[in-house]
Amino acid sequence: MYDTIIIGAGMSGLAAGIRLAYFGQRVCILERHTTIGGLNSFYRMRGRNYDVGLHALTNITPKGTKKGPLARLLRQLRISWDDLEISPQLGSDIVFPGVRLRFDNDLDLLRDEVAREFPSQIDNFDRVIAEVVEYDDLDDLHQEISARERLSEMLSDPMLVEMLFCPLMFYGSAREHDMDWGQFSIMFRSIFMEGLGRPHAGVRLILKQLVRRYRALGGELKLRAGVKRLAVEEGHVSGAVLESGEELAARRVLSSAGWAETMRMCDDGAPVVSRASGRLSFCETIATLDVEPRELGHNRTITFYNDCDEFTWTKPDEPCDMRSGVICSPNNFQYGKPLEEGTMRITSLANFDYWQHLDEHEYCLEKLRWYDRITESAVRFVPDYRHRVIDTDMFTPTTIVRFTGHDNGAVYGSPEKQIDGRTHLDNLFICGTDQGFVGIVGSIMSGIGMANRHCLRD
Amino acid sequence: MTTAEIRDEILNILEVIAPDEDLTNIDDSVNFRDQLELDSMDFLDIVMELRKRHRIQIPEDDYMELASMNSTVKFLEPLMKDIQKV
Repeated sequence: MYDTIIIGAGMSGLAAGIRLAYFGQRVCILERHTTIGGLNSFYRMRGRNYDVGLHALTNITPKGTKKGPLARLLRQLRISWDDLEISPQLGSDIVFPGVRLRFDNDLDLLRDEVAREFPSQIDNFDRVIAEVVEYDDLDDLHQEISARERLSEMLSDPMLVEMLFCPLMFYGSAREHDMDWGQFSIMFRSIFMEGLGRPHAGVRLILKQLVRRYRALGGELKLRAGVKRLAVEEGHVSGAVLESGEELAARRVLSSAGWAETMRMCDDGAPVVSRASGRLSFCETIATLDVEPRELGHNRTITFYNDCDEFTWTKPDEPCDMRSGVICSPNNFQYGKPLEEGTMRITSLANFDYWQHLDEHEYCLEKLRWYDRITESAVRFVPDYRHRVIDTDMFTPTTIVRFTGHDNGAVYGSPEKQIDGRTHLDNLFICGTDQGFVGIVGSIMSGIGMANRHCLRD
Repeated sequence: MTTAEIRDEILNILEVIAPDEDLTNIDDSVNFRDQLELDSMDFLDIVMELRKRHRIQIPEDDYMELASMNSTVKFLEPLMKDIQKV
């Protein structure tokens, strides 16, 4: 009998597992896939290491900082700042027609840029900063005011509003067209006020640290262990039945499989409170170059681009949205030594239904076609690197479903979060993208938060 | 445990929870929250560490007793007087 079974060995499941194992629980993490990570994972192909999910960690505060999500996370997992080997970004930008706003891990740069490009707005922008600082992320979780309305009251230039939304939505808005004010404040702080960073070895370093810590505390991890159903008796989960037929008994279950996905596992046939599923999914192209992007004149860490005045954050009608995107160069962080090869990654919004309904042959062709189109769209905003490409890969919404099991390939989960993590069963809880925050730091905090709240106190 | 031993044990727990803090000049009468910037998650950890190490159960209604070193030691004295120092 386990004290807690955790479904999913992604960031949130592993973090929850560490908390529970540290305090002496018998814990087992069940992962359907052959490897850990879920949405944030890594793979090796044709002799090269690739990351999926992670462009950069957000919330990067310097070593010794006592406040903020990163400091809280490190304390809660008893991990030292040095273990994550984070190198800060070189500097990023947001590019709209005729306007470029640069930012780095010091808010002053973005302030100066806003003052230069939008001189009439700088006092208003300072007001936004003051309001964002005031938002309390531990006490005001339910503050679901429209960020669009709130910002439009403070900023009178609509282009600046769109430019601020672009990176924050790309990095974590499950809601289309708008964000909750609370989520906006948290994302604004995590990207513009704290900052971006990455370990030299990428996401695999973070995942390996988490797994090592979890196992050292006695936690069990089962790979290729998909949950077929959760056994329910009288409003209570008694355990998990695996695809293999194996049955595991547990006093409680914490699931990162997603809200609807977890509900479908319950074998009690109870009607489930319906909830809008997330619809936002991505395509991403990855190009390996025979030079560092810097040698081509590209020294930006992340470039968020949009080719018209208005930024549209919704599921596109087209297979991929060509108007906007995110260009990431993992080379452009302040490492002690360079990466082995140059890499350029481009992410764009994608239509899950389109990609899902292709047969295998068409799917392969469409991947090639849209790889070219996405790249062509992106090189309007960064130096053209296409003549230096030596290898490529691409993921689509279909790939995301295969690796995460999340409906619609939804990257940021449902727009309606189950903030308290509770379900209709008294010992079944959820964590991960449908519960709370997104991104690496956000999902780790989700796992910690739900473990603390529901699994440690009895 | 004696009062002094309980205080040492709390210091040791704080070291585990906040490894970067300098605890040598801690003022026993001032709130941990103000002095060390501990948040609600850290207070849960003090409770959980006490449970893990000494099997002491502290109900949630009593968490406020752990506000400062003085109040924590006073609160724990009756609960820990029969526990042997390891």
